[in-house]
Amino acid sequence: MSEAAEKKIDIVNIEDTGLDQGIARLTPERIEKVINQIIDTETGVRLKLYVDTCVHCGLCSDACHWYLSYDRNPRFSPVGKVRQTIWKILERKGRLSPAEVRELAVVAYTECNLCRRCQQFCPFGIEIAYMIALVRRICHKLGVTPLYMQDTCHSHSAALNQMWVKEDEWTDSLQWQEDEARDEFPHLRIPLAKEGAEIMYSVIGPEPKFRTQLIYQAASILHESGVDWTMPATPGWDNSNMCMFSGDAEMAGRIVKEHFEAALRLKVKRIVMGECGHAYRAVYDVGNRWNAWKMFPLPVIHSVQFFHELLTSGRIKVREKMPGKVSFNDPCNISRGMGLHDMGRHVTRAFCEELVEMTPNREHNLCCCAGGGVINCGPPWKKKRVLGNSAKAEQLRRVADQGVSIIVAPCHNCHGGLDDIIHHYNLPLKLKFLGDIIYEYMEKTRAE
Amino acid sequence: MHGFYALVSGPLVWVAFAVFLGGGAWKLWRLLSTARRKDVFIHEYWSWSHAVQSYLHWLTPFGSENSRRQPVMTVVTFLFHLGVVVVPLFTLGHLVLLEEGALGLSWPALPDAVVDAFAFVVLGGCAYFGWRRLALPQVRSVTSAADWGILALVAAPFATGILAYHGIGDALLMTSLHMLAGEVMLAAIPFTRLSHMFTFWVTRGYTASEFGSVRHVRDW
Ligand code: SF4
Ligand code: SF4
Ligand code: SF4
Repeated sequence: MSEAAEKKIDIVNIEDTGLDQGIARLTPERIEKVINQIIDTETGVRLKLYVDTCVHCGLCSDACHWYLSYDRNPRFSPVGKVRQTIWKILERKGRLSPAEVRELAVVAYTECNLCRRCQQFCPFGIEIAYMIALVRRICHKLGVTPLYMQDTCHSHSAALNQMWVKEDEWTDSLQWQEDEARDEFPHLRIPLAKEGAEIMYSVIGPEPKFRTQLIYQAASILHESGVDWTMPATPGWDNSNMCMFSGDAEMAGRIVKEHFEAALRLKVKRIVMGECGHAYRAVYDVGNRWNAWKMFPLPVIHSVQFFHELLTSGRIKVREKMPGKVSFNDPCNISRGMGLHDMGRHVTRAFCEELVEMTPNREHNLCCCAGGGVINCGPPWKKKRVLGNSAKAEQLRRVADQGVSIIVAPCHNCHGGLDDIIHHYNLPLKLKFLGDIIYEYMEKTRAE
Repeated sequence: MHGFYALVSGPLVWVAFAVFLGGGAWKLWRLLSTARRKDVFIHEYWSWSHAVQSYLHWLTPFGSENSRRQPVMTVVTFLFHLGVVVVPLFTLGHLVLLEEGALGLSWPALPDAVVDAFAFVVLGGCAYFGWRRLALPQVRSVTSAADWGILALVAAPFATGILAYHGIGDALLMTSLHMLAGEVMLAAIPFTRLSHMFTFWVTRGYTASEFGSVRHVRDW
């Protein structure tokens, strides 16, 4: 019996004001009109190809951590999620009731992390995540989105960052961290809006809001390595993108455009992003395409790539290795999403005494269940999400049993998701970013 | 009876081939040309080298991560698909008809016993797929009448072929039914899920391109 059944948790009827108020405004006519408009004008060959080619073999099922974690309940198999959403939409030609739209939203927003593991397991390479994202697009257009996620999207629209950070709060946070860091590195600066710098460093909204320590650490690493860098003083500093998860493609595109424009205004040579998987996905896979850029207008690299570069070029050096055993959690958006798993391991090995692999790993990793916006659906959905990744908990427990005490995860979402899992399943593990470890164990030649 | 035989061994053969080839070509052409207008990603990100590597991995048994996790399914699917292609193309009877018919060309046939064995493998494969559809909840929940339909569509020519070859039932009737079943299957390919025979190359190749050249990872 699954944990959900044991604890009598109703995973079907979860209240969410965003969804409930959203469907209260719907009429059957509007539902039909919006759905068909999107199917006719925004989809083309891929949807048809995927729906017509899928042979209903169920081979994608084992890829999904939701399916594995909920006792192989077909409701959670990838093709099962398509059956409950896209097939229904197409068979009924958009004639759905408001209650059925709510069901679409529950499946699409809260039961799929868009992690694309199933695509890697399907013999035809069918992209389930594309179809689930399409369902989200429909729900967004119908105004049926989870409350917490929508709040972050509103923040993106109003303030161009995810956390309602005002412009002066942003620069204040940077100056405060600069101040703090100068106790350790007397000459450290966080160069604000320095034109022509080599690198623009960008972060996600939560960093100035409540993880300012990460800005301190990044500034220390950048300072120690002696690179010429800057951070923007204008909007565009936040590289996160919740709108790409809510289905608000227009805003998702605008966020990415603003991000690149901030860099272009500063005339930097490239952008380095903090350790966030989904933010990275937004620039190379989603927002760039919305803006009709095949890749990006100027180079963008993820922190993992940047740390690897600093290490191999000798700009940062290892003072001593972090004692004990660590394991590396592959964030889907940079491992399966960008092939950075080897670089991540290279840096981890350089700074840590021993790296113990968890399986499955690398590009076949299991998702942390936070990604794809699922964690951003907020508290109402937390329990279901945590129970939806007992598969990851087992994986973590296996490495803990081998003596691992620290999980390295170069992704903000993964931290959120894994943190919840570690607490719920009582695992003796701590989480670290690569930046945490580098900051602590690098040689600090410029410190006092 | 002879009229029926004349029909299925004459004009219907041509109709079936025309529908199969014409329908398949039309389907692919329409997909790819619509993609140019409405789904530019497919053409824009297409990378032949990644596509070909991916085809090879997915067509080789145990060449992909998932196929190693599903050993029985992997062996069955591989033999089944091999049978579906080999039996029609290398049966002596088919080749004789082909040469005597308008095509006028031929290639070496496989021994009858081998082809016969393959036909049984195909039927066995159909039975296995049917079993999966009934027994595995994740497959049963996505199975519809059409899925049973295509299974029957594929099984029919092989079953009737076996009966005809082994002289079970009236020879002329069995042969005629066999021909009819084969023609129906062939003509149905472009218009049913069997079209995965054509679309596999597009979906697989496109996914391989996105994984390989955009995201720099394997898709197998
Ligand atoms: S969570 Fe990942 S594996 Fe599961 S259906 Fe979504 S994309 Fe596929
Ligand atoms: S998506 Fe792929 S693996 Fe899943 S049922 Fe369809 S064809 Fe099979
Ligand atoms: S949160 Fe981490 S593991 Fe999960 S989808 Fe994002 S990158 Fe993947």
